[in-house]
Amino acid sequence: MSAASDSATGSSWTARLRARTLEAVPAEQALPDRQPAYVSSWIYVFGVATLAALLVVIGTGLVLSMGGPGWWHVSSLGHFVNSLHLWSVEIFFIAMVVHLWGKFWMAAWRGHRALTWMTGVVSFLASIGAAFTGYLVQTNFDSQWIASEAKDGINATGVGAFWNVLDVGQMMLWHVTLLPIGVGLVAVLHVVLVRVRGVVPPIGIATDGSVIES
Amino acid sequence: MSAVAEQAPGARRSTRRADPAAGPWRGPTRPYDLVKEFVAALAVVALLTAALAALFSSPDERSITLQGWAKQSPNDFVLTATGELAGTTTSAGYGPPYTDGGEPQSIGPLHLAQWAGVRIPVDAAQDFVIGPLTATTHDAAVTEALATWTGATADQRTAWASAYADALGEAPDGDPAKVGTGDYGPVPALTGGLLTLATTGGLDAQLVSAPTPASSGFYQTDYTRPILFLADSGHLDEIAGQQHLHGDQWGMMNETGNYPGQAWLWLYSFWYQVPPFTTSWEPNADALIWGLMMILSLVLLLVPFIPGLRSIPVRIPVHRLIWRDYHRAHGRGGGR
Repeated sequence: MSAASDSATGSSWTARLRARTLEAVPAEQALPDRQPAYVSSWIYVFGVATLAALLVVIGTGLVLSMGGPGWWHVSSLGHFVNSLHLWSVEIFFIAMVVHLWGKFWMAAWRGHRALTWMTGVVSFLASIGAAFTGYLVQTNFDSQWIASEAKDGINATGVGAFWNVLDVGQMMLWHVTLLPIGVGLVAVLHVVLVRVRGVVPPIGIATDGSVIES
Repeated sequence: MSAVAEQAPGARRSTRRADPAAGPWRGPTRPYDLVKEFVAALAVVALLTAALAALFSSPDERSITLQGWAKQSPNDFVLTATGELAGTTTSAGYGPPYTDGGEPQSIGPLHLAQWAGVRIPVDAAQDFVIGPLTATTHDAAVTEALATWTGATADQRTAWASAYADALGEAPDGDPAKVGTGDYGPVPALTGGLLTLATTGGLDAQLVSAPTPASSGFYQTDYTRPILFLADSGHLDEIAGQQHLHGDQWGMMNETGNYPGQAWLWLYSFWYQVPPFTTSWEPNADALIWGLMMILSLVLLLVPFIPGLRSIPVRIPVHRLIWRDYHRAHGRGGGR
């Protein structure tokens, strides 16, 4: 390849994006094989457990989607997949809440990591919305009751005029597309930020390992 | 207060350089296999999920129908239908987004529901009673009753339906067959005709498939009308109570059976159990609780920027427990 073509490649949008990406997240930072010595506690397990549970939630949800909204009412296999979906959601929330509390007690927003904290909180709130719409689209008694109760709260905010919890079609699309995409994108951003900023050091310890004077 | 605790993250560039917790770690490290940890976590979560699903399954209480309601609680059905004609049910006087008027909730001067307006119009008498009967009846008495109702003034209709609702309230068990004599106009014939339609299952189809601005009536996914009609009844409420799903039983965070439900909504449900949301603020409780939860969510989001709140982890040193292995191995001085 000539020097001229090298130069042309270097100024292309693709090359710039590659350079910016590698600058923001070097390969050894994106997929590290060493971690700071302080990343040694069970509390760190719950972050990766949350991500793992999210994958199981999405996977079981995709299988449910293939059968359609009524499949799990008439098929024992469908009912089992629904049970997998339900319990993976429960594990997802347990892991996420423990992770969130852990990060609170670590004051994990220190060292310019506020955006990491905030994307985590947004992901948590979006997940609540995703789970809520899941309960609305079960097409059983739970859906009827939860929808009839929830409409009053949502209507009181004015949002119910546009986001109708009694419209199963609208809630179904939010549940299987918009909210999972939202949760997924924010979760990816959250993980990227963790990789870019690194795991927050212990309170009172600087990034060079020295003690911070109060 | 330490400099660590009170440092606002991302405040200014000069501050960024000075933040001792920022930047890559240059202290001691340990071997770590990110991919292996993730695969292990995925395997454990998948196995745990499968075990829980196999052991506990998931609840699937069949949805109730208008037909089931009409058959199991015909007196309640007739009373609710009468209420729709009289305009006294929750749906008939709901306010935005379903009807004009009503008493929409507000947060002080913020009338959010009113500002959003009526975007899902529902006419309870027409949509739940008159419309379905007009579309389906072949009964001469019901046809005549419909003509009488349609030709009457609004005041006359309300007088007939209200009188019949009162009479049902006084009848033994609310039984329409035991109602005393009175001027009820066509209302008994209309509600009786609707009961007959409902027991055949025809009303379920009518309320779902009635044409709307969004649908010709063929394709339909919007259950606003049947759920609003059901929600006006005592039947739905009674079944929900048996399943421990009422608002004062921690409501919709539960689900049928002994399942954890949406336990993450505990704080939202909590406010519905305590004063002043159960007392003086009750008329606007939904709006106020939603407003409160929005504020609390915002506080959670902005914890890193809120003085005092962001210092709690420093003041209450749970972090010593989290990082005890590191401190034990490296002392308080870490790697230095």
